[in-house]
Amino acid sequence: MSRADPDATLVERLRAGDRSAFAELAEHELAEDAPAVDPARFLGSDHDRWPHHWATPPRRWNVSESAETLARVRDAIERLPPAQRIVITLRDVYGRSSGEVCNALDVSETNQRVLLHRARSRVHADLETYFADA
Amino acid sequence: MPDLPEMPCRELVEVITDYLEDALPASDRLRFEAHLAECDACREYVEQFEQTIALSGRIEPEQLPQDMQAELLNAFRAWRDEL
Repeated sequence: MSRADPDATLVERLRAGDRSAFAELAEHELAEDAPAVDPARFLGSDHDRWPHHWATPPRRWNVSESAETLARVRDAIERLPPAQRIVITLRDVYGRSSGEVCNALDVSETNQRVLLHRARSRVHADLETYFADA
Repeated sequence: MPDLPEMPCRELVEVITDYLEDALPASDRLRFEAHLAECDACREYVEQFEQTIALSGRIEPEQLPQDMQAELLNAFRAWRDEL
């Protein structure tokens, strides 16, 4: 799956040191109003007993911190849309604080959290296939 | 304390990061914790979510592609230069 082409130019600008490119990338991604987790995984509002509950519970994970596992996590992060990729890398890989990242990227705490949550949710979904089958 | 409406699974999964960052309003925090206490599936999901974060933390930054490292460095350098 390829990333949107207009974003490719912005990513180039960002890598060339143009920090304002991040604001534009973030704006595009924040404009998408989709939930972080696929709504199809939940029962509808019309369900008798358990509206909005899991349709099927998440399968248990068999986690091992092998080199292969970390390669899969890296791969999942690399496949994220740019703004999400940058935020999750700075926060969760590099371990920078929320304040540091908001200052560095000139993004609000709220927007940063939205991007971070979407990124983490997507990485989780990517890893599910891998771990649940192990 | 008046009964708070249940936080269903569909809502909980959308606010986990807010919860972990202490950014949930008090009433939602209570709803979040109350639901977790009684939902095995959500407890499993939150645990997996936290494992995902922990695994990201195990990645060595030097193992990221060069161009990714460059873009992150530039984001931080631009900020530092402005101080």
